[in-house]
Amino acid sequence: MALEQANAGVARSDAASIVARRRRNRVKYQATQLAIVVVAIALVLLLGMLVNSGLAQRGINFTFTFLWNSAGFDISEGKTVVFDQSIGPRLTDFTADLNLAQAFVAGLFNTLKVAILGIVLSTVLGTLFGVGRLSTNWVVRNLCFWVVEFVRNTPLLIQIVFWYFAVVLQFPAIASAAKFHGVIISQQGLYLPTLTWQGAGDAVALVLLTACVVAIVGTIFDRGRARWLCCAVAVVVFALMLGKGTIAVDFPMASKFKASGGTSISPEMAALLLGIVFNSASYIAEIVRGAIDTLPKGQWEAAAALGLSRRDIVNDIILPQVFRVVLPSFGNQYISLTKNTALGIAIGYPDLFNIYGTVANQTGHSLEGIIIVMLAYLVISWIISAIVGAIDHRLNAVGAAR
Amino acid sequence: MTLLKILTAGFLAGLAFVATEASASVLDTVKQRGVLNCGTDNTAPGFGYLNTATGKMEGLDVDFCKAIAAGVLGDASKVKFVTVTDKSRFDAVLTGQVDVVFAHTTMKPARESAIAIDFLPINFYDGTGIMVKVASGAKQFADLDGATFCTTQGSATETVLSSAFKARGWKDSKVLTYENLEKLFAALNSGRCNAMSTDRSALAAWAGNSAKPADYLILPDTLDKSPFAGFVVANDSRWRNALRWISYGLFQAEESGVTQANLEEKLKSNDPFIQKFLGVGAGFGKDFGLPDDFNAQAIKAVGNYGELYDRNLGPKTKMFLDRKGTPNAPWTEGGAIYSPLWN
Repeated sequence: MALEQANAGVARSDAASIVARRRRNRVKYQATQLAIVVVAIALVLLLGMLVNSGLAQRGINFTFTFLWNSAGFDISEGKTVVFDQSIGPRLTDFTADLNLAQAFVAGLFNTLKVAILGIVLSTVLGTLFGVGRLSTNWVVRNLCFWVVEFVRNTPLLIQIVFWYFAVVLQFPAIASAAKFHGVIISQQGLYLPTLTWQGAGDAVALVLLTACVVAIVGTIFDRGRARWLCCAVAVVVFALMLGKGTIAVDFPMASKFKASGGTSISPEMAALLLGIVFNSASYIAEIVRGAIDTLPKGQWEAAAALGLSRRDIVNDIILPQVFRVVLPSFGNQYISLTKNTALGIAIGYPDLFNIYGTVANQTGHSLEGIIIVMLAYLVISWIISAIVGAIDHRLNAVGAAR
Repeated sequence: MTLLKILTAGFLAGLAFVATEASASVLDTVKQRGVLNCGTDNTAPGFGYLNTATGKMEGLDVDFCKAIAAGVLGDASKVKFVTVTDKSRFDAVLTGQVDVVFAHTTMKPARESAIAIDFLPINFYDGTGIMVKVASGAKQFADLDGATFCTTQGSATETVLSSAFKARGWKDSKVLTYENLEKLFAALNSGRCNAMSTDRSALAAWAGNSAKPADYLILPDTLDKSPFAGFVVANDSRWRNALRWISYGLFQAEESGVTQANLEEKLKSNDPFIQKFLGVGAGFGKDFGLPDDFNAQAIKAVGNYGELYDRNLGPKTKMFLDRKGTPNAPWTEGGAIYSPLWN
């Protein structure tokens, strides 16, 4: 009895000591972690102080107030945000009177413009290349293979310079450029006609516009017979609006040096876009091809045994599964594409990094500028990962529910 | 905890290093290193240009680098040319990558006030010019309303053009910027740019060195003046003063008639000023931390200012920029090349 009690006492004290030891270990572990974090913060602070004192010794003034100074230089393209007392913030072309913060915004606008277009186009083109590499057609298969191989194995910077000087700048000058129903392809840029809305305040025009939009949405999303009806309605309503004059077409008009009206893509942007789209598309093609290769061969055979055509197999069986797997890799590619837009500086495209160079040189605030640029790229990359992550989550949730 | 000690020790050492580095003059660093790191352009004929025939750097800026190396180290070959672009030149000097930059840099107040650099004496007086292709039909600046102008990124021309447009009320003219003059010239040739704008000397050089110089027209308008000067990091007056007086020495040598050819003869001269100027006996160098014969060394390496001008930019070169009647003539001939009093 006494022995049992003694044993129980030992067991209890053992248990107590184990708990105490665990607690000790936990405290020790957390203390180490805390110490490491403290040291890391201290190192960063020390580094900051060193940099700051070094800058002070060299007489460099670290401040962000220069951003409100007027720019004094022009930017060849790009919109920026201005604040009007009456209307509020709106987008407008950058001019030399605006301040340097607005110059950075114009650069960011140009970066985002190329990045977003690049992401959309390279996804489409990359998927086509990727599927094309598995095509049964010898020409298509080999063409896709060689394009992908060639583009993946040469430096992007050289490709961009090639597209600019060897392709885009070889187009004719504006005076002798090819003109086709308002489309002008010249080395001053690619000009396209645009539609302008003239029916402000007209109730009938608004009704027509709504009908047209609804019909177009129906055309895109309805998979049944109504699609053709929607399409027909859209065409008829659009023709009505054109006839009535609620929508006018703004044709670009060529003048001595350039064209005005319509919308345009500058040669710099066209070359940069071509460069990054082909580059990114060839990587995306490899991702898509790899993902298709990992699907069991039985899926192709089963689908073929059911009598599906090859096109239906790819569209309805293969690609839906592929897109579920490749999204995270696509996300990486999108981020790298966005950062690659900084290479536009080589051909004079006024992206964020280019604007930074000009600002740093005109004002001398190089360090502040590079911090702004790095933070901007960081935030853009985070936003892209978040969006891709959300889409991925959603796609896979739908997949799991099935 | 050992790790922490090592890190702390490392940082203290780093701190001490930064502190000592900041207090020493670049002059001592250069003398200790035995080599001058000089930032120049390599695409600007007449100023800093890699001659592809000889594989050597040539130009007015290059010669100033050599003169500095000769004056400070006594040997014009102890210079390492580091290529800088219009954009990288200021950071190159601020970070200590180069000791001095001679890269056809326009001297203007914003650069000294905001970038923490100090300019050396002006070594060339230029102006912002415009060049078009003859085929375009433009004869003067006023013909170019609405045109696309191209220039280099980070140059003073960017702001000069913007103010010129504003003064004339031009709304449609655009400024496109490239990394260097090579791409700029290619863009003019392709037709992307209706006009190329930079310093007149550079325009003359690119047209002169092209396959068909007659295809290009430099417009008569000069948009703004553009005085060139080398520069060093701010707040280092020992280094800056040494370099200023080596530069002034080249101006003074021309005024006093000392040339590369007659240097040996002048070293034997009885004129007390010439003796002191060339460092025969006691010279001007010691208090600057330079050898007493720094002027003689610089002249031996590159000649006086007039000689190095004629060799790089004069009428016998492809640049064809005559000094007569311009600010680049010596002050005795009505120009602006003027050295302060030495004696």
